[in-house]
Amino acid sequence: MRQFLVFVQKEFYHIFRDRWTTLILLVLPIVMIILFGFGITTEIRNTKFAVYDPSRDIATQGIVNKLETSEYFSLDRYVTSPNEIEPLFRDGEIGFVVVLGENFYENLLHTGNAKIQLIADGTDPNTASTLTSYATILLSSYQQELTGTAGGTIPYQIKTEVRLLYNPSLKSAYNIVPGIMGMILMLICALMTSVSIAREKELGTMELLLVSPMKPILIILSKLVPYFTISIINYITILLLSVFVLKVPIAGSLVLLSALSLLFIFVSLSIGILISSLVEKQIVALLISGMILMMPAVFLSGLMFPIESMPVVLQWISHILPVKWFIIAVRNVMIKGLGFSSIIREVLILTGMAAVIITLSLKKFKYRLE
Amino acid sequence: MKTALWNSPTDRYMNVITVENLTKKFGSFTAVDNISFEVGKGEIFGFLGANGAGKTTAMRMLCGLLKPTSGKGIVAGYDIRSESENVKASIGYMSQKFALYEDLKVWENIRLYAGIYGVPEKDIAPKTDELLKELGFEGEKETLVKSLPLGWRQKLAFSVSIFHEPKVVFLDEPTGGVDPVTRRQFWEMIYKASDKGITVFVTTHYMDEAEYCNRVSIMVDGRIDALDSPANLKKEFNATSMDEVFRKLARKSKNNEL
Repeated sequence: MRQFLVFVQKEFYHIFRDRWTTLILLVLPIVMIILFGFGITTEIRNTKFAVYDPSRDIATQGIVNKLETSEYFSLDRYVTSPNEIEPLFRDGEIGFVVVLGENFYENLLHTGNAKIQLIADGTDPNTASTLTSYATILLSSYQQELTGTAGGTIPYQIKTEVRLLYNPSLKSAYNIVPGIMGMILMLICALMTSVSIAREKELGTMELLLVSPMKPILIILSKLVPYFTISIINYITILLLSVFVLKVPIAGSLVLLSALSLLFIFVSLSIGILISSLVEKQIVALLISGMILMMPAVFLSGLMFPIESMPVVLQWISHILPVKWFIIAVRNVMIKGLGFSSIIREVLILTGMAAVIITLSLKKFKYRLE
Repeated sequence: MKTALWNSPTDRYMNVITVENLTKKFGSFTAVDNISFEVGKGEIFGFLGANGAGKTTAMRMLCGLLKPTSGKGIVAGYDIRSESENVKASIGYMSQKFALYEDLKVWENIRLYAGIYGVPEKDIAPKTDELLKELGFEGEKETLVKSLPLGWRQKLAFSVSIFHEPKVVFLDEPTGGVDPVTRRQFWEMIYKASDKGITVFVTTHYMDEAEYCNRVSIMVDGRIDALDSPANLKKEFNATSMDEVFRKLARKSKNNEL
């Protein structure tokens, strides 16, 4: 036991003597959650738009009004010719441009075939599609109003109401928090653990430890303790920041959420051990953790892009990422406030992954000693 | 330099290492081929051989890191096959590659290894001070190892490896990259350890160091081709130095690297 404690103490020295390691472990999570939570948002607010309106009649005025009075958009300017549209996008000031057809109102009344075109900057497809879908919703609601007042023949006015569940104010922080949580826990547990074990191998100290009477399993366990502790601290920090700074409430059970996170920490730690049992060099451990774990975690876990819109092959790959299941489960518990029954599948998958990875890495580690 | 303890008649029969027909195969390749030898208490035993001759594999088996394919080995009274945990607790180990944890202070390194090897808590602090005094490192107790010169680190690493007073200490090319003056001091430390009754099992590339050993074994292609005191070996091979002995033997190797 004393062996173990002495060894754990040594690991903490390693961490706190290295300024960068300390920074990564304790400051990076805070920076990440603040950055993603405030800076990099996918939400739409006061996006500027321009209008090309050759008709200038009651209907087009109504449309522009409708858009402008929403909290999402604000009218920047009218352009007088279609040629002016492209330079606007190049300057990057404008989110989208509304192009209305000629004789809009008359066409609308008589042929029922008035044309509106929405032009958005496709270089950022996510933002573009969000912008246009918001605008489309507003346009169609205006159309409903118009049929109601001008036509007068339809006794019952049908009003489409769009209500967004779970995230009524469309705050992207709701989406970001579970993702960041998954990424940070993965980063600290898998990446830092694998690098720290690989370091002992690279420096040759692992050999010395293996020659010592300390049991290999104890060596590994004592490597895990500091990162486990720090993960818990980070988990608490992230939760506090989300609730009090980003104003993302914990809708579900805190106990369930914590248990879920512990399970995920366990999975990540075992991945860290597995990686370190496969490699001899720190840089390889870093690359494997970075390229095979973090990158797909960012892109394939549904944190940034919806999984449903990915090619089938990528969707399959996303299934083997533990972080994907963790994010789904955290969304269910933390954001939607659902209970345990809603995350049984995710918990089973994560538990299964942990079992497989632990078995593999123990086998691998034993083999190395023979 | 001086006569080691193992020369006294009583200690001669107290073998700390006994190896009989030890063999290690990796697939069809025989790394260590049926070697047998004995090392007495307090003896300084030089273990020589070209790269790939099987030195490291043999040493790893003796340290309990590798299981032998066949044959027997007793280290510090324990069977290397069935009692490797006991073997580990009774030996010390130091290699060229290992030079302590650089981001730990001098005393923290000592504390760590003392803890791992189960030195009683109350003994650690006084022994640490004693050791640092002996090395002339009193002022460096709080220094991070990374700011010590290489020679100092090697000396400190050796002291750490025998801090728990093991029966045998295995030194794997301990003086690699160290200047001649420090190497000399290092060997004085080895002699001191041997005087205390610690058996020293050392591999080296420096043939002048082989002369310092009580007995030397030379491995060629997994076998021990020569084993005797440096003086006798020189006589037997009609050579003036250990370097010459080594060259004459290594020439016989199938996979000659020299």
